[in-house]
Amino acid sequence: MPYIKIFFVAIVSIAFAKKLHAQDTLDLMSQLEKELGNEEKDMTNYTTATFKTTRLINGHSVENVGKGVLDVKISHRFGKVNGGAYEFFGLDNASMRMGMDYGINRFLMVGVGRNTYEKTYDAFFKLKILRQSTGKRKMPITLSYVPTIALKTIKFDDPNRKNYFTSRLFFTHQLLIGRKFSDNTSLQLMPTFSHRNLVQLNADPNNLMAIGIGGRQKLTKRVSINAEYYYQIPGYKLSGTTDCFSLGFDLETGGHVFQLHFTNSPGMTERSFISETKGNWSKGDILFGFNISRVFTIGKHH
Amino acid sequence: MKRFLFISSLTLLVSLTGTAQKNFTKNGNISFFSKTSMENIDAASNQVMCVLDATTANLQFSVLVKSFSFKKALMQEHFNENYMESDKYPKSTFKGTIADINNVNFSKDGIYNISVTGDLNLHNVTKKVTSPGILSIKSGKISLTSAFNVLLSDYNIEIPKVVEGNISKTIEIKVNVALDQKM
Repeated sequence: MPYIKIFFVAIVSIAFAKKLHAQDTLDLMSQLEKELGNEEKDMTNYTTATFKTTRLINGHSVENVGKGVLDVKISHRFGKVNGGAYEFFGLDNASMRMGMDYGINRFLMVGVGRNTYEKTYDAFFKLKILRQSTGKRKMPITLSYVPTIALKTIKFDDPNRKNYFTSRLFFTHQLLIGRKFSDNTSLQLMPTFSHRNLVQLNADPNNLMAIGIGGRQKLTKRVSINAEYYYQIPGYKLSGTTDCFSLGFDLETGGHVFQLHFTNSPGMTERSFISETKGNWSKGDILFGFNISRVFTIGKHH
Repeated sequence: MKRFLFISSLTLLVSLTGTAQKNFTKNGNISFFSKTSMENIDAASNQVMCVLDATTANLQFSVLVKSFSFKKALMQEHFNENYMESDKYPKSTFKGTIADINNVNFSKDGIYNISVTGDLNLHNVTKKVTSPGILSIKSGKISLTSAFNVLLSDYNIEIPKVVEGNISKTIEIKVNVALDQKM
């Protein structure tokens, strides 16, 4: 009799053990993840592709090019569309920038460019300070710092007076505060400080300030609509200038990004489109323009 | 009563220890290849989690889509952003069984041809797949390798017309894991 009892107990125990065992095989992976502390809440997920490319329209976005990537950018701004049929709605004239950006690492990129607008050279670096992330490390925004230097090489207005080389230099410092709110919607704030050694009028300040706001809304996976507006702080702007507003589309195809847009600024460096824009949207001083970006992978990415 | 408890716990213990043999790794390797006349694309992840329960033949894989690394940064961005939508569907998983595990003698070195069947989840689409593979045992360590093809359209991954020539419709996937840890 006791043997039957023992046998019965043993059977029940084995069955129980098998059941326990069957349960954990079903969720082998989640059990393992728990054990390793690899659950989603324990990992940091960094946000990527807040914008399609490193420029929003005229100005920078929080995006950097990848490490070892060379991005060749050709940008055009045509003339004002209110030039009418005689000016072929602005297409008779064009201001151009040729430039190259290069990613030194994930956080730092550098770039140079040459603009036909006042024969200007520009150079910048963009440093990513914070990256938007969720999970273990939570960060609501991406923060970048972009200082730009521009060298205007067009001949001085008055060659007879004493002209200094430093008068040709312009310095701009920008913070880019970006957030990808959803797969489709990203917004960015761009507080901007710039300094110019020479201004035209006594009343004009040498130190200028502006705050930019911009964003993108994806229409499809490969097309987005972008807007960008720089508000110049009264008292820290040049007289007779307007605020730069631009509206455009990003079209992405493989290794290219095409940006087509309308803007009221012919200049494409920070010192010109933020501080020297004279066009007025309401008067039809609108310029059609585009940026073409083509990336080449030079260094090893990993 | 005492005897009851004793026997019960003893049997439970024996049954549990007998079955608790699970081998796993968190550094498995999965790579994939797209070959066209225009360009070849390949990417790999070394952060694949794999766990095998030898007694039940249950085999599971899990990998974060963002852990795949490409030679070109922009390809990696497009892979995550446009094709795999890794923000929406962060993980790819496989849950299956090894069909012929009874042939495998885990206590000595050997190489076995196996067949694995199960559910492959990519891009939030689950499909039944069967793939041949090789299970090898060397000084008590289990390794698994396999290669199989997936059709992108099976997993609702669309290739836009402009890059049709650059991305193959069928992707070759290679799996290589060494289950060097036990739990």
